Formats: sequence, C-alpha cells, structure tokens
Amino acid sequence: MSRPESSPLAPRVENGFESSPLAPRVDPDSRSESATLFEPERYELYEEPRYHFDLDRRDFFKLAGGGLVVCLLLDAEAPAQRFGGGNRPRELGAWLHVDEKGQVSVYTGKAEVGQNIRTSLSQVVAEELKLPVSAVQMVMADTDRVPYDMGTFGSRTTPDMAAQLRRAAAAARELLLDLAAEQAKVERGTLTVADGQVTHPPSKRSFTFGELTKGKKLTRAVGAAEKVAPPGQWKVAGTSVPKVEAEAIVTGKHRYASDVRRPGMLHGKVLRPETLNATLASVNVKAAEAMPGVTVVHDGEFVGVAAPSVHQAEQALAAIKAEWKSAPMVSGKELFDHLKKNRGAGGRGGFGGRGGGTNQGSMEKGLAAADHKVQAEYTIAYIAHAPLEPRAAVAEWEGGKLTVWVGTQGPFRVRGDLARTFSIPPERVRVIVPDTGSAYGGKHTVEAAVEAARLAKAAGKPVKVVWTRAEEFTWAYFRPAGVIEVTAGVTKDGLLTAWEFHNVNSGGSAIRTPYEVPNQRVAFHPSRSPLRQGSYRALAATANTFARETVMDDLAHAVKADPLEFRLKNLKDRRLRAVLEAAAKQFGWGRAKPAARHGFGIACGTEKGSYVAACAEVRVDGPTGQVQVVRLATAFECGAVLNPDHLKNQVEGAAMMGLGGALFEEVQFDKGKILNAAFARYRVPRFGDVPELETVLLDRKDLPSAGAGETPIIAVAPAVGNAIFQAAGVRLRSLPMAPHGVKA
Amino acid sequence: MANVTELHVNGGRRRVEAEATRSLLSVLRDDLDLTGSKYGCGEGRCGACTVLLDGRAVRSCVTPVGNCEGKKVTTIEGLARDGKLHPLQQAFLDAGAMQCGYCTPGMILSGVALLGKNPNPTTKDICESMQGNVCRCGTYTRIIAAVHKAAGALKGGER
Repeated sequence: MSRPESSPLAPRVENGFESSPLAPRVDPDSRSESATLFEPERYELYEEPRYHFDLDRRDFFKLAGGGLVVCLLLDAEAPAQRFGGGNRPRELGAWLHVDEKGQVSVYTGKAEVGQNIRTSLSQVVAEELKLPVSAVQMVMADTDRVPYDMGTFGSRTTPDMAAQLRRAAAAARELLLDLAAEQAKVERGTLTVADGQVTHPPSKRSFTFGELTKGKKLTRAVGAAEKVAPPGQWKVAGTSVPKVEAEAIVTGKHRYASDVRRPGMLHGKVLRPETLNATLASVNVKAAEAMPGVTVVHDGEFVGVAAPSVHQAEQALAAIKAEWKSAPMVSGKELFDHLKKNRGAGGRGGFGGRGGGTNQGSMEKGLAAADHKVQAEYTIAYIAHAPLEPRAAVAEWEGGKLTVWVGTQGPFRVRGDLARTFSIPPERVRVIVPDTGSAYGGKHTVEAAVEAARLAKAAGKPVKVVWTRAEEFTWAYFRPAGVIEVTAGVTKDGLLTAWEFHNVNSGGSAIRTPYEVPNQRVAFHPSRSPLRQGSYRALAATANTFARETVMDDLAHAVKADPLEFRLKNLKDRRLRAVLEAAAKQFGWGRAKPAARHGFGIACGTEKGSYVAACAEVRVDGPTGQVQVVRLATAFECGAVLNPDHLKNQVEGAAMMGLGGALFEEVQFDKGKILNAAFARYRVPRFGDVPELETVLLDRKDLPSAGAGETPIIAVAPAVGNAIFQAAGVRLRSLPMAPHGVKA
Repeated sequence: MANVTELHVNGGRRRVEAEATRSLLSVLRDDLDLTGSKYGCGEGRCGACTVLLDGRAVRSCVTPVGNCEGKKVTTIEGLARDGKLHPLQQAFLDAGAMQCGYCTPGMILSGVALLGKNPNPTTKDICESMQGNVCRCGTYTRIIAAVHKAAGALKGGER
C-alpha cells in the first residue's frame, strides 16, 4: 500500500504524513496529553477511537447472557487504551463477566503475540477471584466483543490492563460476597471465597458462583479505588503458571490467522510494484481475467487476484503485465549521509519536551573541566522484525458487514483502517485476532487485511491473503536506521563532566543518560527515512543504549577504571545499580581474566519502567574474525514479577533477538529494491548462535509491575561490543557490529 | 506428470487431487486442512513447515507432493498416540519451550527426527541438527532442554 493518495484502498494516515509516502509519521501535537507518557511512537497513536461501549448494561447482557458484570472504567492513568483528550466521558477498559453457570470471562482488547499475556492476565483475575487459572476464560482482541483498546504495544499490558483486571476481579469477588450474604442471610464478614465458591464456615454451607449469579442481571462499574491483594500476598499471580494455550500449540490445533479457513474461501495475491517507490504506469489484466475461477481487481494502484488455490492465484498474478514508473531513491550506501543532511526535516524533536531530550548546565564549562574527552559517531542499520508468521488475513463480507481474521497488535487500528478504506462505519467491521505468530512491534499495520477485504468484496467470497516472506521483508516496515553523535568529558578521577548526545532519525526512547552529569545537551532529530519505518521491540532504546554504553566504556578505559566501578561511580539510580551489581555477580565480573581472544563486556539501561544489565563474554576467532558470544548474563527488574518463568523466557528471547541486531542483521537496499528479502540472505539468530544464557530476576514485590517484553533487549549490543573491544582491541560503532567478522 | 491422488498421512490414506509439482505444504494445509505445518519462508530456510517423510525430517514447502506418494507423512497433528502426547511434545510443555508457538510444530518434528537417528544427542548435536529451524522469539535454550528431556523419557521406555 504505497500510494495512499491515489488509491481508495490504501489506509490513509492522518495528521502528519511525511513527504515520503513510504514513511508515515505521527505529529506529536495530534496526541492527547495523556499520551505524552510515551516517547514518540510512529504508528499507533494517530487514531481516534471510533466508538466505545456505552455503559448500558443491556448491550452487554444481550451479548453474553445474564449474571454479573463488572466494567472497568478508565481514568487518566491508562493512556494506552484511550485517546483523544479529557473531554470524553470515561471509557471502558475491560469487562469481567460471571455468567449464570459461574463461568468467569474477561473481555479485553489486548492481543496475544507470544508475550504470554493470555496467561498473566488470567493469573491476576484468578488471584482476586480465588479460582484456578484454567477457570478464567479470556476473550481477547475481538472488536465486536471487547471494549476499545489502542493496541498492544509499549509494554503497557502489565502496568495498565493487568492492574485494571485485578480491580475488576476484586470487585466481582466483593459482589459475589454480597449476593451470598443476602442468600444465606448471614453476616458478610463470616463468608470466605475459595475454589470458585463462597462458603459460610459456621453453617458449612457453600454457594458456587453460578448459584449466586443465576437469574441475576447485575452490573457494577469500578474505577481506580478498588482494593486488591498486595503482591506479597499473591498465591496465583507471581507464580510460574504454564502458558494456558500451550497444548493447542504443541499439537498443531491452534489456528493462527493464516490457518483460518472459511466456506468457499479463495486465496488472494497482490501485484507489487517493481521498486519500493514505483507507481503504476499501465497494466493489462486480460489474460488473468480469462482464467477460470479467477477474480481480478484493478482499482487505482491496487492490482490483485483471487483464485480457488494459491497456485492458481500465483499463475493469474504472473499473467498480469504491468509497467511501472520509478523515481530515484537513496541507496543503503548513501543512507547515513542522507539522514544527516535531512536532520530536523519533517518533524519535531530537539532539546527537552516530546523529543525526550534535555539541556542543562553548559557543555563549554563541562568540557573545560574534563581531563579526557571522547567524541564518536554511531550508525544504526534498518532491521526487519521478520515475525515467523508473516502478515496474514482472511476477510469475509456478509450483508454489508466485513469480518476479518488477522494477526495484529492493533485490532482497533486495523478496524479503523478497514472502515476508512471502504468508507463504512466501524460498527460494520469486525476484526478478530487469533493469538498471533509474533510481532515485536512489527504488526501495528497489517495491509493483508485491507487486501483480503478488497478481493473478497469483488469475488463475493471469503478471501485469504498470506504475505510471502519476500513481501514481509519488503513491504512491511523496518526498525528505523539512525546516526548518533556523542561528545563526553570526564575528570581524571572518573567523574562525568559533560554529555552531548544527538540521535538523528532512530528515535527518542531512552535517549537521556541515567548517569549523573552536570552539563548535558541531549536531543532527538527526526529526518527523512527512505524506507518505511516504525515500531520495533524497545524502539530506539536499543540504539541509544548502545551508543551511550559504548562511550561509557571508552571513558572508563580513558581513566583506567574498571567499567563496572566507573558506571557505579556515576550512577545514583538505585534500581539500575541493583541490576548492574546482580549481573556482575552472576557473571563473576572482575574475578577471572578472559582467555586469549576472549573478552568481557558490561552494559546497562532503563526504559519503560524496567531495568536491565548484561555481561557478555565473546570469542573472536583468529583468522576469520568471526564473533561468537560465549556467555551472556542478564539481570532484570520490572517491579513485582507476575510470572517468573514467562519473564525469564522473555529475557532469554530478547537476549537472542538482540544478538541478531547487535552482530549481523541489516536490511540492504539499492535502486529501490531490498537486496536481502529472504532468510537465505537476511541472517537471523539460530541455534548455532546460542550462548550460555544466565538470567537473574530481581522481584520487587514493593513496586508496581512494569512490562517486560522490550527492555531486556537494550543492553545486549553494548555488552557484546564492549566485550569485542576487550577481546580484539577493535571499537565497533555500527549496528550491526560484525556481519562479516571483526577486522583487527 | 500425473496428479497425485492419494497420500498416506498420519496413519491414514487420504484422497487428494493435486498436481505433482505442488508443494507438500500447500496440499497438507489447503487441501487436507492440516494447518499445523506452517509457512515461514517457502525456501526451506526456516523449518516451520517441517514434517516427517518415512521418519525423516523434510521441509514440506520445497518438497513436491509428487515425491511423497507411497511414503508415510507425519505432521504435528499425527504425533500424539491414543490421546497421549509424544514425549517431545510433553517436554516442550514441561520446558515452556515456546512464546508465540508458530515455529513449534516444525521444531518438534525436527527434534523427533533427530531423536530417531540419535537417541542421545549432545547440545552440540541438537544445535547442528536444528540449525535450519528458526525461532524468532529466541527460545532456543528451552528447545534444547526439551530435546534432552525427551531423550531421557524415550530411553526410560516411553513410547
């Protein structure tokens, strides 16, 4: 969908479409005040909620039957689910329903993409309702059945949705106690709740939830004030409950969006331009149209086919003759000069405010006070999310209503895209998100949904569109590339005096240094991106942490200090100090000297309310310069831990994914084409790259739970780079650091 | 080439009508609705489509269905016996060896094929044998642990 202006099919991106049609951006001013809690995301914040459930309980009972309903009202603390400022009535975050048989169901707009929130959200509900986790049914990301949600991103599910569901479940429990007291005609305080029952121990009478809710139609709205169990008292939350849908996965029964099949369904294929910025000059679809069973759509820039089998659709597509007009495009070799030349173009940034930067003290004074200075430039390549399930959707029209099964992090965003594209009210679009084959920030947009819907409309039958791997590598969006410039000063005693840090294009996440520096200038500068770019796990926190922690290593070496001690000397933040010390302890930092060609490196960072430190051991092989990460110890802290094993899984997975971006992942492009749009040419971490992974979780039951899917990735690259420096004496300042090994 | 009219899948004979050059993956998924085998790359480079052909792991996305006639095809749907999971399926559950789960069926079948050839694999054996299977979520260490665990269970006489 590269021609939004000319095609009625393409989702329009309102508010701040950059001059390059491939690089949609969000205008920060279009966002609500509550959204300023986030650093600038590019894709997910532009859309107003199209409707929201009103508080008429009859709507819900019509949908779900009688019983007891708790609706969770949102307040200003929950920006990830709402949008549009403070002039709206309060909106709903989630429903919790106890039906007349006692079944507990939760309705939330969050999507499961492998981060295991279906499990963790079940746990918090089970905790408050004193139920086994298996007794909680989670209805997720089905736009006809759940309240509006802005999307599953920004590590917000745990701090927002889990906290809200705890309150909803606690309120439901209190309501059940009221009902039991009324039925049993006993003092409420004499009742207890356990195992899906309310019991009156003195009379040994008990009531199942179903007995209490039978014949009732009760609703209660709850807000922020509801009392919940403190983490110190958790029995189900905070434990390593296994993934709830795991058995369906190991038996192949779980149906991802790409596995959905509908009666009479056709398979769709879309004609892609020959280059990234090409437009259609002419097209001849006659031969394809003549094929039996084939539907061809040519609508503006959109050309696609639907056929009874994928094979037939491919043949029909191959029979279409098209001519394209291409404009010159920046190549990979010119990328970083181009980004610097267009520094500040097309957006906001700068010191302070929404760019995330700061300006304090005087750099001149800071540098004058320094005994050693470091000045360095870093470059960050575009990388691809490469979710193993590519973009996929099945679309079906029935009686003017469109239903789409799609793998996405943003069901309501996709619904909005579909409604606008087809000029129909959002109420006539239903988006259903089956638990999805991963996303990592890469599935905010799912163009396959629009494509399938357009083809289904023409064919009068359901249509499935599954992107090929090459399409996913070419027509999705990438983690932004960037250039980072750093100037820093330190006294001979190892105290930071000056810190100047400029990020061009890649983003403002974690751009501020957590270290104590009296004189600082820190700024994010948007630029013009030749490739389409967007969210990626941890956003620019990876790039900014890489540059900062590498400079910290340079400074430690300049003053001949141990890199760990140097960091601690300049760091007051207790939570960050704690993970640094824990990672160092686990790793045995400072005790053993590395073997020849081996090196140790350390790095840390904080983002989205959680804290990470990593220690790496690498081996750089003699003649080839190949880098092998031998060992990686990570310490992570995100407040009270909801599920230790799943958290460990996230930390380990982020470590593996981080190694790819650190060492070898890079999208190559020239003359408007992606040159490595295949797993054979785009290297991702595999079994042979697995180091010994050691993970330490610091469980802070005294602190609110923060999300954990993103931040564990940010310390990997600098820890590895600092280890390479020790092993081979080479300072690497580009991500990826060693796609072809290290040259000493 | 004549069309393929019958496939031996998961212990049963299934009638199909497929051009011999079509991929086994597309016939399994689109004709037989066995969607446990996944499309990941279409070039045999990610392992998501792995199935067993006479006990050997093959990439079904690059295996013409014409090569499968008269051979036994096992997909993830056919691995459990009499409702009891294969020890490696159980080991994936016990080790929590997945996040999004999209690579899991291919991982399990690759692991089953490895254990068939090498009942006592070292970690190095597992890594070398499964180098062609991608888990983008990065759960490799858990998958290695699951294969070790299943090796133990199989030696202990399970199955």
